[in-house]
This record gives sequence, structure tokens and C-alpha cells, in this order.
Amino acid sequence: MAETVLRLTNITKRFGPLVANDSISLELQEGEVIALLGENGAGKTTLMNILFGHYVADEGSVEAFGKVLPAGDPRAALDAGIGMVHQHFTLADNMTVLENIALGTQSAWSWKLDRSAARARIRQLSTDFGLAVDPDRIVAQLSVGERQRVEILKALYRNARILILDEPTAVLTPLEADALFATLKMLVAEGMSVIFISHKLHEVMAVSNRVLVLRGGKMVGGRDTAGATRQELAALMVGQEVSFPPVEAMPRGPELFSLENVSTAPRAGGSPLQDVSIALHGGVITGLAGVSGNGQAALAALLSGTEKPVAGSIRTGGATVSSWSPREAVAKGIARVPEDRHAVGSIGDMSVTENVISERYRSRRFSRHGIMDWKAARAFAEELIRDYDVKCPSPEARIRLLSGGNMQKLILGRALDPDPVVILANQPTRGLDVGAVAYVHKRLLEARARGAAILLISEDLDEILRLSDEVRVIYKGKLSSASLRGERSVREIGELMAGHSVGEAA
Amino acid sequence: MRLEPKPAPTLIETIAYPLGAVAVTFILASLLVLAAGASPFSVFALVVKGAAGSRFAIMETLTRATPLIFTGLAVAVAFRAKLWNIGAEAQLYAGALITVVLATGALPLPAPILIPILMIAAMLAGGLLLLGPAVLKTRLGVDEVVTTLLINFIMLLFVSMLLEGVLKDPMGMGWPRSPKIIADAQLPKLIARTRLHLGFLIAIVAAFIVWIIIKKTTLGYEMRAVGHNPEAARFAGIPVNRVLMKTALLSGGLAALGGFSEVAGLKNNLTLDLSPGFGYTGIVVAMLAMLNPLGVVLAAVFVAGIFVGADAMSRTAGVPSYIADVMVATALLTMVVAIMMTRFRVRWR
Repeated sequence: MAETVLRLTNITKRFGPLVANDSISLELQEGEVIALLGENGAGKTTLMNILFGHYVADEGSVEAFGKVLPAGDPRAALDAGIGMVHQHFTLADNMTVLENIALGTQSAWSWKLDRSAARARIRQLSTDFGLAVDPDRIVAQLSVGERQRVEILKALYRNARILILDEPTAVLTPLEADALFATLKMLVAEGMSVIFISHKLHEVMAVSNRVLVLRGGKMVGGRDTAGATRQELAALMVGQEVSFPPVEAMPRGPELFSLENVSTAPRAGGSPLQDVSIALHGGVITGLAGVSGNGQAALAALLSGTEKPVAGSIRTGGATVSSWSPREAVAKGIARVPEDRHAVGSIGDMSVTENVISERYRSRRFSRHGIMDWKAARAFAEELIRDYDVKCPSPEARIRLLSGGNMQKLILGRALDPDPVVILANQPTRGLDVGAVAYVHKRLLEARARGAAILLISEDLDEILRLSDEVRVIYKGKLSSASLRGERSVREIGELMAGHSVGEAA
Repeated sequence: MRLEPKPAPTLIETIAYPLGAVAVTFILASLLVLAAGASPFSVFALVVKGAAGSRFAIMETLTRATPLIFTGLAVAVAFRAKLWNIGAEAQLYAGALITVVLATGALPLPAPILIPILMIAAMLAGGLLLLGPAVLKTRLGVDEVVTTLLINFIMLLFVSMLLEGVLKDPMGMGWPRSPKIIADAQLPKLIARTRLHLGFLIAIVAAFIVWIIIKKTTLGYEMRAVGHNPEAARFAGIPVNRVLMKTALLSGGLAALGGFSEVAGLKNNLTLDLSPGFGYTGIVVAMLAMLNPLGVVLAAVFVAGIFVGADAMSRTAGVPSYIADVMVATALLTMVVAIMMTRFRVRWR
């Protein structure tokens, strides 16, 4: 029997009326990989933040290597040998890999960093565990996969014996994910214990020894991975049967929107588009796969009207547009579901009513001669709340108080209500629970059946493959050719995402 | 200690927090009064008496409140759109300056025509003065807090130059002041033998108009949206830069009306002490009102009352009238804390 390295006992954490963790206990053995499975909002990240000392639990205790960790002290967790790789990386972009890794490992009063010793150690760890990365490169120049390797190296450099990975594959290509799994295997062979947080079943089956399932803040079950089936785990995770809407074949409609040889200006945080041509047809969902930062943001900004091409032209309904802005885009019948519903899609401190009219407040329906018709606006909000099954206390409630799923339903309703001809759905289901995901898919498929052209941008390859009639891959601002449903395998798409041309790496 | 967001404040909270802030202000001021060797109760009683103890005192308080309503509205409008206009002082002087330039004989028109012209001219002058910083903000990303604040000093020195030069009253016995404005440009008194003038009514009407703009018009909706989340506003198709320009014109124009009203209604000429910091006090007024235009009227009367009352009190009780400045400044701080408490719940761990 291996040694128990980590023990959580009856952890409970409440945020106001919400119980994020309800008396959760778990034990991690040396050299074991536990997968923590659960939907978004099930309490996985909260639990790990308590373990790592970012949050203080209302009840319960955390014990590492037999010693109780003081609550709310990340330094104590680090010293006890717990390393965490967050979903959103915590690296200083303007510093080198070496500086990032060594940061905080020595006294703030010491003058100099012993670079050569640190470099040698990092090199050693990289080769031992297949974590290739150059210690002297600036983090800003690294790919997402490389940054994740830096995060893991950071934990190893501090002699972590327990590694927590929060949704580590969300930002990786399938190939990078395989490399990560290989690294984990090597680490475990050296006696590392791992908690792997995910909501993707196939990953969980691939890497873990044991699966613990969280739902609604409660631990609802644990299985040895070897004896568990995917169906069984899915049922535990969701708690009920969720049926995804079927995708029925549709005739290909006319071209409704196109970009012709479009390039965009350089932008912070992602590639610009380079000579991109794409046509969106009625009744067709075009799925855009790709690792984030490869030009999705620029393409979405073009469709949204927030960015103009520096070269090439935009055509809607067969005519080249002469002026382009968010308002023009809405006027041309483009519905926009933005990637970030909090920062871009909604105005958190304004009411539901004020938010749902934000694209059309100047139409005769909601204002006359510059005077708002708040009665009509409120009626519209009530209509959306009813039609889209939104749970919210009243149309006057500030939208920030709504859950992600309900907020997304409102944004979807705002975009789809005027029966748009073109729909941009940028990460429409990110962070939503399975029920809400199925709902969003249903609405998009309804719009497709009505004859709308849809561009679906998603980092979730499963979502793209399920919904899309044709798939394109974006890499460094360039688009691959389109492939019809089933024409390219997941592996081929994965290679395109990594920048290989298909067949080359096979 | 950490802050957690909380639901929209209820009506009771919206009223209770400013009152709480004021109460804390009084408690803190009491300590100073004690330090000055007087009894807080008698001092505050004297302040209240001085501000509202007689018909004359009330009229004096309302007179003092008039420019504060204008500058308070100017700040409230700008802050709604998160345009940090700290330059209401300069805009007020711009309005006063244009009034003096046009009303000392340049436009020999009857009052019903002249006064509206003066008001429009003043609003334009103040609006354009704030348009500059707004353009710098939207085009070049220059921080408007810095530019509007510094323009205050430039404007004051500019006025000083004019009062020592071309605008100097030849009959002014050498004092740096402008000639008097013509009778047709002067606002009538509202009540005989008091200093309360038509400017007060104009201020009340302005507050109602601003309230309607914010609550009922597309411009008000745009201003609030831009103030809360400019990126989401831009995404939705709201022309963010144009909204900020309109906000700047309105805000600067309101502050300038304060300058017009002080010259045309009260002083009848321009001197360098036209405003004892009405522009800056306008920030306190707007914050106390939680940027509500109708609240601005109440807050302005309250702040004016403290100043007027403290003047009267210092003559009797021997506590320096600077206590008023301390109280108004303290009120700003307590109000900022109170506003934060309407948005967040403080959690101690």
C-alpha cells in the first residue's frame, strides 16, 4: 500500500447562498493520478484553490504528507511540495523562462540569481521529463503549449511532489495533449502524485488511475478508471440524461457573407489574418478549429465590425461593403455572439433590459426621436426571458448577477431575435454546463434550418465536429481548405492545428 | 479582508449610505471642534442656525448652492460616462469670461434676447474647453484627469492676465476686475432684499433636464453604457468616441452656466475670486448625490449650507470657518467609501 500524500477532509466552502463545495473528502496516494471530473461550476476549481490556499474553506482541513496545512497560505502549500498549473497561466510575459521559474525561489534580499546553476537544473528537468523549452527565451514569444511546460517546470523546480493540473488540455492541440500525457506518465513513474482536473471523459480515461466525480459541489462518486465506463461516468457527471439535438442534412444555400483576400493589422494577443478568403453559405455551419491565438480573434472582430481589413474586401449578400462598423454589421443582419460574455458581450452593471437592447436601441421599436421607450424595451426583455428560458429575478436585475449559462442565453436571444442571415458564434458554449450547451446547439441548429449562415469558432474540437457541415483550420492567420463533414479525421485536423500540412507528419 | 460584489442597492440603501457618510463626517469633524476647544453640539447647532435659521440664512444658502448645482451636474454627467472632468473650475470661468465679454456693451439687446444668447455662448465656451481634453483622450489616450486639472490653472492665469489688461475696468481704481455688465444682462432677483436670483431657478430646471437626458434619452443610455463598459458598448455598436464628445460638451456647458449665473445673477462683474473652488466642490456634490442629477440639487444645498453655516458659526463660536472645508473634504472621502459599500460587501476573514 502506497503512502497517502494528500488528504482533504470534509471541505465545505460557501459563497453567499451558493455551496461551492459540500463536505468533500479525498485521498491521494503516492504515484497515483486522480482525475477530478465534473461540469463547469461543479466546484473542481474551488476545491483546488482551497487546497492551494487561495481560498479559505469554511469547514474541513487539508493535510499533506501527514501535516495539516494552514488555511489560506499558498506559500505553505508550495513548501509542502504542492505545485499547481492553473487554467490561466501565471507567468510574467516580459521575463525569460529561467527568470519565471526561479522567481520566488530565493530570498527577496539576495542580489543575484545564480543563472548557470538554475539553467543547468532546468535543462536537466526538461530532458528527464520531455518538457522541451529554452530557458533563455522570453515567455511572450512562447506558444501556449510551451508556456504550460514552463508552468510544470516551475512546479518541478520547486520540488513539487504533488502536481495539480486545472483543465490542462483546454488550450492544447491533440498532439500537444498527447505529449503532456507522456510527461505525466514519466513523472508518476518517479513517484509524483497528480490531480488532473477535466470535464473531458476521454482524457480522464487516458491518464488517470482513479476518477472522482463532482456535481453541484458534492462528491457524487469515485471509480477505478480501469473498471469504469464512459457512459457510467457521464451519467454521474451530469446527473441526468441530456440529449443533444440531432444535426439533419440541409441543402447548401446561397453565399451570404464572404471575405476576399482579407488581411488585418497586427494585433496584441494573436495573429492577424493573412490573405484570408472564406464564404459562408445559408444553411451551413462552418466550424473554425485552431489553437487559440492563431487569428480567431481577428476573424471574429471582422465579422463583428470592430475591425476593418487593411487589404481585401468584405461582401455581404453579394455586394462589397463600403463602410464597416459594429452598427453596420448588425444592420447587414449579422448576429454576433462574442467570445467573452462578461467583458464584451454584456455590461455587467446595467440591467437585463438595458443589455438586451444594446444593439438596437436606436431602432423605432425602442426609441423615437432620441427618447427611449423603456416600456417596449422591458417587454422585449420579458419576451427573451420567457422564450429562451432564462432564470433571472427580473428584467431590472443587473446582468452580472446571472449565471454564465443564463447570460449566454440572453446574449444569444439578443443576437438571434431579429432573424439574422449570418451568425458569428465565438466560443458560444465555453464554461457552460451540459444542459446549457445542448440549448445553445439547439438554437444554432434552428437558425441553420431557417437558412442562416453560421461561423462557429471553438476550441472544443468535439463541438466543432458535431455541429459543423464544413470545417476549416486556422493557423498563424491563414485558413486551411474546407473539408466537409467526416472528410478529415481528428488526427488530420490536429495536424493542421499544429501547422503541419496533412500527410506530412503522418 | 476582501471585497465581494453584491446585488444592486435597494432604495433604502441608496438613501441610507449618503446619510451614513454625512453622519460619519459630522463625527470626525466633532473631533476637530473638540480640539479647537468648543462643544460640537453647540457648534453644529450654530452651523445649522447659520445655514437655515432664518429666512435670510436660507436664501443665502440657496444662493451659495446655485453655482454648486451647475458644477455638480457637470461632474455628474461626465462621471456617468467615466469622463473624469476635474476641470469644472476652468469651465465655470470660461462661462463667466464670455458673459463679461459679451454683456459689457458688445451686444446691446433687450434682456429676453440677450440672456438666452449669453447662456448659449457660455455653454459653448465651457463645452469647447472640455472638448479639447476629450479629443486628446480618445485620439491619443491622454489622461483627462491631468489635462482638465491643469487647464484650471491655465484658465485662472489667463483670466488674471485679461483682468490686468484688456478687460480691466477703467473705473476700478486699479483693482483687477472687469467692468459691470449692462442692466439687460443681469438676472432678476427671485425675492426682494435677498441675493437669491433667477440663476437658482435655471439651475433647478437644468437638473431636471439632465435627469431626463440620463433616464429617458438614447444619449443618456449611451453615456451610461460607455461609462460602465466601453468595450461592450463599442461591440454593441454604440459610437463610444462620439458619445464622449457629446458628454464633454454637455458637462463643460453645465459648469460654464454656473459661471454665467454667478456673473449675471450675483456679482455683475468678473474678478479672480468669483469662484472659491466651486468647480472642485462640484465633485463632492456629485459624489454625495451618487451622480443622480436630482440628488445634486439636495447635495449642493447641503454643502452650501455647511459653508454658509460655518461662516456664521465662526463669528460667534470662535472655531475657524475652515471647519467647513474639512467637513466637505471629509464628506467626499466618506462618500467614496459609502459608494463602494453599495457595490461590495466587506468580508473579514
